[in-house]
Amino acid sequence: MTAADPPLDLSALRLDAEAAVAEIVAGLEDAILHRLRKRGAVVAVSGGVDSSVAAALCVRALGPERVLALLLPESESSGETADLSALLVEHLGVDAVTEDITPILEAAGCYRRRDEAIREVVPGYGAGWRSKIVLPSVLGGGRLPIFSVVVEPPEGEQIRARLTADAYRAVVAATSFKQRVRKMLEYYYADRLDRAVVGTPNRLEYDQGFFVKGGDGAADVKPIAHLYKTQVYQLAEHLGIPEEIRSRPPTTDTYSLPQTQEEFYFSVPYEVLDLCLYALNNGLPAASVAEASGLASDDVERVFQDIEAKRRATAGLHMSPLLVEPVPEIRHP
Amino acid sequence: MTTSDVTGERAAIESAVRRFITETFPLGDSGFELSGGDSLLEVGVIDSVGVLELIEHLESTYGFRIPDEDVLPENLDSIDAITQYVSQRLATAGEGSRDGR
Repeated sequence: MTAADPPLDLSALRLDAEAAVAEIVAGLEDAILHRLRKRGAVVAVSGGVDSSVAAALCVRALGPERVLALLLPESESSGETADLSALLVEHLGVDAVTEDITPILEAAGCYRRRDEAIREVVPGYGAGWRSKIVLPSVLGGGRLPIFSVVVEPPEGEQIRARLTADAYRAVVAATSFKQRVRKMLEYYYADRLDRAVVGTPNRLEYDQGFFVKGGDGAADVKPIAHLYKTQVYQLAEHLGIPEEIRSRPPTTDTYSLPQTQEEFYFSVPYEVLDLCLYALNNGLPAASVAEASGLASDDVERVFQDIEAKRRATAGLHMSPLLVEPVPEIRHP
Repeated sequence: MTTSDVTGERAAIESAVRRFITETFPLGDSGFELSGGDSLLEVGVIDSVGVLELIEHLESTYGFRIPDEDVLPENLDSIDAITQYVSQRLATAGEGSRDGR
């Protein structure tokens, strides 16, 4: 780092919360009422900070009577998800519908297909076992990133096994039914009530492709996709989101064993990733993040490389359907 | 094994590895030429799942198990590195069999 480089810390990510909320509220109102010409919003809430903030912003923009919260649990959702979602609904004063999606997932073969794939690498895996997929941290260096499955028998210790590429793809394809079934129901209610579907990704998820195409990646408007995770927490505090929700660690709530977003996808804590992404986006050197975060410069460089690698690997998730010939009469407003 | 045998074996491994990578992982830009020293992850040829696929291919083709501690950039992140790693593993296995191990 040179003398000219500004010091970097999380304060660089601090927002003028009042102004940020006003900007998003105006943007939501314009998007939903004027550009999409819908009567309100449907937001699937998970008891996490992102969907809570998105729902609260919709309430500010449209009023609670125009916001429907959907609670879409399944048999492997944590109990905390239901409790915190109910807390949010009460806090916001919005209407809510709960639909248990387990029967749809069973009919689609979500659990069966996933379990068959896990048995490719852990033959004894079966009823009563729990599982999750993990990726090693990029910090500390050395290892190439490869996915493993961690399984836990009903009575026994956790076992970790390296996945095959085929088993990994099969597990992810099967579990993605969860996000896609939820989105199907979100659009059912949106169509039924003439409302827009509000997506809830933050900037890390959006930038790094941490979403399922046709699942949580689908939405009519994504009001917090430009906000770093740290900024989402800041807005959550400003909007008065209950402390129980704000203090919950980011979770995928997709696998039957508790799994953080860090161990499944991001490889580093969100505070570190926020700083690294901010630095990369603003042309700041690795040394500036190293000083602020206490990481080694080599580790910061590895995170930079991992960010770029994930952008490349997930570029297709952001693409609209590609046309062989343009249809010039159809333009997005 | 003579020096020319070793050189020939390395060339065969390098050729087979390059063929597997270019045939398995779409390179995207049709004008892109993958050099032996290019980082496969950095240039975007493979991702985390691709690393698994590469490991499985090497294990099944060359008949050895790649332990997690060997899954390092210096062993598997370029065609040159893979060629070197596979050559070393095969040489080690060959010495073991000659020693009656």
